[in-house]
Amino acid sequence: MAAPLAIRARGITKCFGDVVALDGVDLDVAQGQIHGLVGPNGAGKTTLLGLLLGLAVADRGQLEILGTPVRRALAVPDGVAGFVDGPGLYPSLTARQNLAALAALRGGDARTAGIDDVLAQVGLTEVADDRTNGFSLGMRQRLGLAAALLTEPRLLVLDEPSNGLDPAGKRQVHGVLTRLAAQGTSVVLSSHRMDDVEALCSEVTIVATGRVVFSGPLGKLAAENRELDYRLLTSDPPAARRLAADTAGISVVDDAGVRNDADLLVVRALVPALDELVVRLVGAGVALRELAPVVSPLEAAFLALTEPPEADR
Amino acid sequence: MTATAAPAPAARRVPVSRGYRFELVKLVSQWRIRLLVVACWVAPGLFVAAVSQQSSLPVDTLFGRWMHATGWAGPLVMLGFAGTWALPLLTSMVAGDVFAAEDRLGTWRHLLVAVRSPRRIFVAKALASLTVILLLVAGLAGSSAAGGVVAVGNQPLVGLDGHLLTPADAAGRVLLAWVCALAPTLALAAIGLLGSVALGRSPMGLLLPALVALALQLAQMLPLPVAVRLALPGYAFIAWNGLFTSPAQLGPLLIGVVVSLVWAGTATALAYLLFLRRDFTSLTSGISGRRAVTAGVLPLAGLLAATVAVVAAASGATGSGIEQDKVQRSLATAFAHLYRLQTGQLNRPDVTEAQLQAVAACTKGGGQVAGRGPGNDWRCVISWHLPGLDATGTAIYQLDITADGRFVADGDGPKEVNGYFLVRTPVGDAPNPLWQFDGNVDLLPSPKG
Repeated sequence: MAAPLAIRARGITKCFGDVVALDGVDLDVAQGQIHGLVGPNGAGKTTLLGLLLGLAVADRGQLEILGTPVRRALAVPDGVAGFVDGPGLYPSLTARQNLAALAALRGGDARTAGIDDVLAQVGLTEVADDRTNGFSLGMRQRLGLAAALLTEPRLLVLDEPSNGLDPAGKRQVHGVLTRLAAQGTSVVLSSHRMDDVEALCSEVTIVATGRVVFSGPLGKLAAENRELDYRLLTSDPPAARRLAADTAGISVVDDAGVRNDADLLVVRALVPALDELVVRLVGAGVALRELAPVVSPLEAAFLALTEPPEADR
Repeated sequence: MTATAAPAPAARRVPVSRGYRFELVKLVSQWRIRLLVVACWVAPGLFVAAVSQQSSLPVDTLFGRWMHATGWAGPLVMLGFAGTWALPLLTSMVAGDVFAAEDRLGTWRHLLVAVRSPRRIFVAKALASLTVILLLVAGLAGSSAAGGVVAVGNQPLVGLDGHLLTPADAAGRVLLAWVCALAPTLALAAIGLLGSVALGRSPMGLLLPALVALALQLAQMLPLPVAVRLALPGYAFIAWNGLFTSPAQLGPLLIGVVVSLVWAGTATALAYLLFLRRDFTSLTSGISGRRAVTAGVLPLAGLLAATVAVVAAASGATGSGIEQDKVQRSLATAFAHLYRLQTGQLNRPDVTEAQLQAVAACTKGGGQVAGRGPGNDWRCVISWHLPGLDATGTAIYQLDITADGRFVADGDGPKEVNGYFLVRTPVGDAPNPLWQFDGNVDLLPSPKG
């Protein structure tokens, strides 16, 4: 049986004056799922995340969050946390004071609110008593996540949480989000970094000009996609090139010069043709050292679905 | 079809008390606010104590000439300064920034998600800024009073009509004067809230209370009709002077306080309505200049017109309020009180004001112009009687009367009475209380008409 939905949106429309920010958006997010929201700038991601946080109410459509219909602003149920447009931090307070003030605002005792624990989870223990006016963007993002964690959310809404994170910070944040999801918390995050979305999300929704152009599992996105470019590194590049040229459905992209690596072979294919090429390479005794898409399936789909057709450009 | 999750409990809104604490924490954590608190609780005391030890006193400021005589003059000098500069600037820095700071930091959405009620956010912010402003005002008053009493002593204070207030009476009236000054301070604070809500991160929002206060001060310098003068929300910064006459000139003070409180209430209500209408989700969030004008400026302009009409109708005040008979009465009263003071200094037999029967005859512009209105061309001749003597004493004063009714009487002789700044007393030379003194003309019509 499928997990119950944490978010169920149907036909959500939101306008700001003459500007249609969201136009009939449907969205399903299951409990315990990390759901990615991607789209070009101005596509309506932040507006949608704002609706999920209760900052506004849709002009039309139905929105249910954690089983509760949301019909007016700031009326989302308990258990929803997160941020849009960056975390809200007060620079005159230390990291710990920011969290303590937030805990006190919600009626918790700053000593028992788990502030040390959430600071440790996001890797900010060492700077807990520093004022946040000296924090980098990545540190601010992590502190924003810590503030959301304080509420023990059932639905976490994050607007570009990976912005400004170094590799270690990114790993830490990914670990936190994955752990939360495993414990049943649903996470909706927007990002322009496709590698983050692919690494974290089981499902993704792509929005463009206020409309959903794709929503579903990442695997489905790859399958629905057009041919992709793959890079192959083998033990015998000339033989591999010959076999690729002979395999139906495979076209060799002759840009090794551009990539400055003569041993590298780039082919364009659908997944079944690529499978056939791998079988033939192995059969011919050519060892396959590396096989990876040049552009991730998500990024390729994103570009294909959101960029205007050639004729329109 | 996938089922939705079991309904979660509705999120509770954060009580105002917690929001208030949160706002206080944010305000007090700012170094600027901490600096202001320390400055307001320390600097006035040091200033008053230091000035009280100087040979030259700030005689241009009301009660400044009495700073050597009593510690209770210091907090009144400070109140005069505060009403002109300090309180408008303090309200600018606190109330004028309390909403704009969230715009600057980009924390509105965070705050809304945490509190879930714009109404409660507004109330919490308004209360927190009010608390800080009260703390600052209390510092100014308490520190200057402490500085004065410690440096000079707990002596009687000479009122604006020359009568002596006992130290306890002086202390009570000083406290009352500062409490009355809270009303226009609240009006400026409310204008600050309105500016902060309407203008967001624009520096104009921060400066609005100071600019409004400056405009009000400029207006008070103009020869405006009394009804307009009293209907301005800053008039209580001047009208507290009336507490230091006997009987107290309570009419202008009460009108000034009520007008200020009406302004405070109206500006706060406008700020509240404007804040509730704000759309925090739009990326171009903020309030348009057009809406700020229609929802902020126009209602306040209407309020000013209405208060002018009400004050004019209720008080029956016309013209400048400065008329010959009132000037004469006020000067003669002050002279009689101060004559008794001088008599005491000179160790002469005491006389009462009733025995003196002091009267003043004043002309303006050498008698060439009508005896009304402000100006430095008033000339008065005071005559009085001493018990047991047939001769009538006379003394001449030049008066500089400002548009708000305050005057400085400058003695022009005879030298033994008011022509020299010192008098020779049995214990040495002392300041002559009749040489120069401050006074106040009640701008409202007297009960006798």
